[in-house]
Amino acid sequence: MMPLFAALALLIFVAIFGSALLIVAKLLSSRAKPSKVKSESYECGLPEQTTGNTKTPIKFYLTAILFILFDIEIIFMYPWAVSFREFAARGAGLYIFGVMGVFLFVFIFGLFWEVKSRALDWE
Amino acid sequence: MGQDAFEITINTAKMLVIFLLMVQLVPVLVWIERRGSAFIQSRLGPNRVGPLGLTQLLADAVKFLQKEEFLPEHGQGLIFYAAPVMALIPAALAFASIPLSAPIHINPFLWNGHKFGPYDFEFQSFHFGVGIVYVLGVSSLGAYSLLMAGWGSSNKFSLMGALRASAQTISYELALGLSLVGAIMVFGTFDFSQMIQFQSQPLTSLLGVHMSIPAMNWGIFYQPLGALLYFASTFAETNRLPFDLPEAEGELVAGYHTEYGGLKMLMFYIGEYGHMMVGSALMVTFYFGGYLIPGLTVAQVHSHLATWLHLGANPAAIVTALALHVVFFIKVFFFLWVFVWVRWTLPRFRYDQLMDLGWKTMLPWALANVLLTAGWMLFKGMH
Repeated sequence: MMPLFAALALLIFVAIFGSALLIVAKLLSSRAKPSKVKSESYECGLPEQTTGNTKTPIKFYLTAILFILFDIEIIFMYPWAVSFREFAARGAGLYIFGVMGVFLFVFIFGLFWEVKSRALDWE
Repeated sequence: MGQDAFEITINTAKMLVIFLLMVQLVPVLVWIERRGSAFIQSRLGPNRVGPLGLTQLLADAVKFLQKEEFLPEHGQGLIFYAAPVMALIPAALAFASIPLSAPIHINPFLWNGHKFGPYDFEFQSFHFGVGIVYVLGVSSLGAYSLLMAGWGSSNKFSLMGALRASAQTISYELALGLSLVGAIMVFGTFDFSQMIQFQSQPLTSLLGVHMSIPAMNWGIFYQPLGALLYFASTFAETNRLPFDLPEAEGELVAGYHTEYGGLKMLMFYIGEYGHMMVGSALMVTFYFGGYLIPGLTVAQVHSHLATWLHLGANPAAIVTALALHVVFFIKVFFFLWVFVWVRWTLPRFRYDQLMDLGWKTMLPWALANVLLTAGWMLFKGMH
């Protein structure tokens, strides 16, 4: 339990540290004179055509979905990996390898299918 | 002081020192990067402020502080300001759990007539039993800061840069996570301290040649492919060349931090260089024996130092820990130098090549590495 609280304390400390830096920066630039032109979005010097966030390609969204699938599958391999040596030492190595083999088959098949269905192609 | 109060004080102090150490190393890294780039490109680099341009960083910091602070016209205040703070968090949290030196044991001693100790002291802010899982979990938070920066500044360069950066970061996280699986199988643990314990055994054979080198049982000899894949994906994770598509100057100005300046920019830099440091430190811990000196066990270092410097057991333990810190940081700085070196060696990829490399090359190779390791451990018998 102890390291968890320590990590939480560090998280809060870093957040406060960063915010304090921002406040210091704000205070030091108190003599700033804002103007309409100065605060415009950076756009190569031309007047901006669109305001705010524009449409984004759906491709990035697809990549994120595929990432979640694969990431969860990889996370499943971690407990397996950490206990592999102990299983192998007790003579159950082939068993645990076979069990993972079934899972890995689905994983590899999924990756193959994704490549085949051109979900990973970028133009 | 009671035992609990002492523990809390010492742990808080340790946490602060390690965080400030990380923040303080960033200017040094920037200096190495600028001088190193200049060295590679046969020019001088920053050399005006102080000896060898070393105090250039102080001048830069003062300049950053004087910059005007404003929100872009359509910027979304909360997200825009939270992004740089968010950039600091993953690197700081991940670096805190990596052991920087050998744990030391202080025997009971008398001071001012009071008896103190015994103490056991570890050189990491907190010791997680699940070390690497925690580090991977925390460092994947980095994608949020990119997206927040891109969305908060309401600028299409920022938005495109953030999308590219986050898509690239998460794609290479797969290869990164999977390349470490092989090493975890060999070590049989998630805990960094136990990994280094494993690597501190003598190396008995390499490529069929029998030998005996103490403290040289490094992960690289078991996982050469894994180490290569891990290091390559670290480059993509930290958005460094040759994978720095999000900041491809010709197309996207400066990527997700186009609208940032002054101290906010500095915080992004601290985050990026901190991430590089975490990547190098993990590389050293996993594959290059952490703080170990090849050929010398920690106990040997301790006894040699005690005899040479005529020290008692307690001061010798402290000096040993300091010496091992130096060894650890020499190794880490070597890999940080490789980051700079590669930057001026390889050209930038095109975006589709980058994604192809991540998904269709590195991921299958990392999978093959896992299968090869499993087969090797089963049939060669490493248990």
